[in-house]
Amino acid sequence: MTTAPAGASLDAPALRRRVAALVETHDPATTDQREFLAARFDAGLAWVHFPEGEGGLGAPRALQAVVDQEFERLGFVPTGREGLVIGLGMAAPTILAFGTPEQRARYLKPLYTGEEVWCQLFSEPGAGSDLAALGTRAVRDGDTWVVNGQKVWTSLAHRADFAILVTRTDPDVPKHKGMTYFVCDMSAEGVDVRPLRQLTGEAEFNEVYLTDVRIPDSQRLGAEGEGWRVAQTTLMNERVAIGGHPEPREGGLIAVAAHIWRTRPELRTPGLHDALLRLWVEAEAARLTKERLRQQLAVGQPGPEGSAAKFAFSRLNQEISGLELELLGEEGLLYDDWTFRRPEGVSLAARSPGFHYLRSKGNSIEGGTSEILRNIIAERVLGLPGEIRVDKDVAWKDLPK
Amino acid sequence: MSEKRLDLLYTEVEQELRASVRSLLEDKSPPSAVLARVEGDQVTDTALWKELAGIGVAGLPVPEELGGAGASLRESAVVAEELGRSVAPVPFLGSAVLATAALLEAGAGDDVAALASGEAVGALAVPLATPPGAAFPEAVRAEDGALSGTVTGVVDAVAADVLVVPAAGPEGPGLYVVEAAAARVTPVVTLDLTRPLAEVAFDGSAARRVASGAAAQEALRRALVTGAALLSAEQLGVAEWALDTTVAYAKTRHQFGRPIGSFQAVKHRLADLWVAISQARAVVRSAASAAATARQDPGDAEAAREAEVNAALAQAFVSGVAVKAAEEAVQLHGGIGFTWEHPAHLFLKRAKSDSIALGTADRHRLALGRLVDLPAAGSD
Ligand SMILES: Cc1cc2nc3c(=O)[nH]c(=O)nc-3n(C[C@H](O)[C@H](O)[C@H](O)COP(=O)(O)OP(=O)(O)OC[C@H]3O[C@@H](n4cnc5c(N)ncnc54)[C@H](O)[C@@H]3O)c2cc1C
Repeated sequence: MTTAPAGASLDAPALRRRVAALVETHDPATTDQREFLAARFDAGLAWVHFPEGEGGLGAPRALQAVVDQEFERLGFVPTGREGLVIGLGMAAPTILAFGTPEQRARYLKPLYTGEEVWCQLFSEPGAGSDLAALGTRAVRDGDTWVVNGQKVWTSLAHRADFAILVTRTDPDVPKHKGMTYFVCDMSAEGVDVRPLRQLTGEAEFNEVYLTDVRIPDSQRLGAEGEGWRVAQTTLMNERVAIGGHPEPREGGLIAVAAHIWRTRPELRTPGLHDALLRLWVEAEAARLTKERLRQQLAVGQPGPEGSAAKFAFSRLNQEISGLELELLGEEGLLYDDWTFRRPEGVSLAARSPGFHYLRSKGNSIEGGTSEILRNIIAERVLGLPGEIRVDKDVAWKDLPK
Repeated sequence: MSEKRLDLLYTEVEQELRASVRSLLEDKSPPSAVLARVEGDQVTDTALWKELAGIGVAGLPVPEELGGAGASLRESAVVAEELGRSVAPVPFLGSAVLATAALLEAGAGDDVAALASGEAVGALAVPLATPPGAAFPEAVRAEDGALSGTVTGVVDAVAADVLVVPAAGPEGPGLYVVEAAAARVTPVVTLDLTRPLAEVAFDGSAARRVASGAAAQEALRRALVTGAALLSAEQLGVAEWALDTTVAYAKTRHQFGRPIGSFQAVKHRLADLWVAISQARAVVRSAASAAATARQDPGDAEAAREAEVNAALAQAFVSGVAVKAAEEAVQLHGGIGFTWEHPAHLFLKRAKSDSIALGTADRHRLALGRLVDLPAAGSD
């Protein structure tokens, strides 16, 4: 392994050299993917802004794009990572920010290589947008915590080895103050995962019952009562990942509709033409916005536009997939498969137009509803005053439920 | 990394230019002054235009050897944003954008110097509502070096010293330069109080041809494409003023014992507007960069096509955003927003007029359909 002295200047050329050195010793064409990723982690090229020894080099975050691009250029694009979104996107940054050295050493590497899958035990039947209302109880018993409650809409719980879990540890204080955050072993006794069938027919998500689940205190992330602050870090990372590469024009779902239009002249009507062109314009505007954000990140000036990207794409996907069905007319009356099954991650392209339409309805609910995102933009970006709150100074146990 | 990728950010130089234009406009042309001016008989603020020209604004994309600043259309776009933000009544669009672009594209560099320095004001004699893809105009006839005919809705003709006129004649289409004094320029009452339009009539007016045939057609089309790209930057500025002003008002205006900006019905509308304006900014930067790239290398057909696609996209997208922003500004200000005294109406009138100028969004969508191979119904 090539290791430059700590503190050596880490600019784009230096990182490209490190990538080249890694590829030299581990030919991606012949090395097993997981082994390659482990080597990449050890070389500090997993997420360059993480500390040395924890998958990074302490480099500026903006340089990650350089590394990703370079690996891609050299022909190494890891596959089958759809199931890792929660681990990579949410658990990792939270563990980095709040984990003890032991926790970081234990979880980060297998999370990165894909050896261990993660899920997010946040939402509950009574706590969705208002996550801080959650009621899953954790009670201390010596060196362990005993957890009881129910979580819901948990994507990937059936495949996950670990979960990030938020619980209520003190019901006598206002809701934001009495929460504690844990890493939960999904194979622990008392964790019961049951599939929840969604309107597409399949089950990406689950309900998870937690009955007397014992979690060692060494798996607590952040201090007791600090769960809300830790959860904020997780949620801040739950947004559209901005890749290192520019997306081409017609890169998203609009390509599907445009293809139908080009190849099926018999389906064309003037009204659909205008509707398609309107959405083409919207899709191109959204793509350029994402590209501008990418350029801002690359020069180290992230803009608040990031918070709008997910919001814009969910609306766009819904409208395009709706038009796709109308465009197809009679064929739009059909559906590919209602079988109740477990998908391997969301692959829109592989499924029928009816699935595109139905699945995209979840886009404006998962990861914060569009209404909540509008609140966030209005309050945090535009600085408008917050809602009048009726729940701030009331003990959690006294809130109407 | 492909060199063709467009830079969507603002450079430091562009930000400096923005700051100096903004401070000049804030100082010399605040909304109250614009409001007072539009009620007088000379709407165009020629003194302000001279000052703007003094900092190079009139000749930004004009090469230095032709008396310009040797900058690019990206810088022009930044100025257009600021002019939109202030609805300053200066002949930027007519003279520094449309007439200058037509002359440059026609290879008539010698005629550009006076416009680039701000000594003279130019106007392109086509109706402002003309989209880039329109057929070459035939309203004016050219015969034996003289023009006859009438063009309606010409932007900045009222203040113009020089007119660039597309005209048809026995030798086909041509682009001509005419002294404004040789034409009859009659101002009309406009929806947009801050942007004068005029009817321009020629009756045997002496004219000099600067381009003919296909070259004249191409020069006009490219000038209109450039105009469409830069107009979108102005529209962005209009939208930004509307959002900023309305957000500020929503924080201070109280009803029901709380700021109106704490009501979710208000908040969500402003959040939607902010998202749309963020997108508009990316689209406008893309259009400005594509226009600049095409200008740099006039022989590059792919660059010319990208400029067209981006300009049509920008008009199709940003027109609606600017109108929406101005309409929301009026609504969310309540009664005061409906008064003559409050400047919101200046921006509403500019936004709505801009959405028609150089082609409505609908026409630009149709143009896109042709450009990106999404043909209309009934064609295979
Ligand atoms: C496909 C999918 C996958 C998911 N995966 C996970 C997962 O892996 N882990 C996990 O923890 N959760 C997951 N979720 C849950 C998701 O985060 C919640 O569904 C979401 O936060 C909304 O909460 P809720 O369902 O309780 O709806 P509610 O919060 O009850 O919302 C109902 C409606 O009220 C609106 N509303 C609520 N509060 C306000 C307000 N203050 N202002 C205006 N409108 C408001 C909402 O926008 C919505 O329209 C998933 C959801 C979906 C659809």
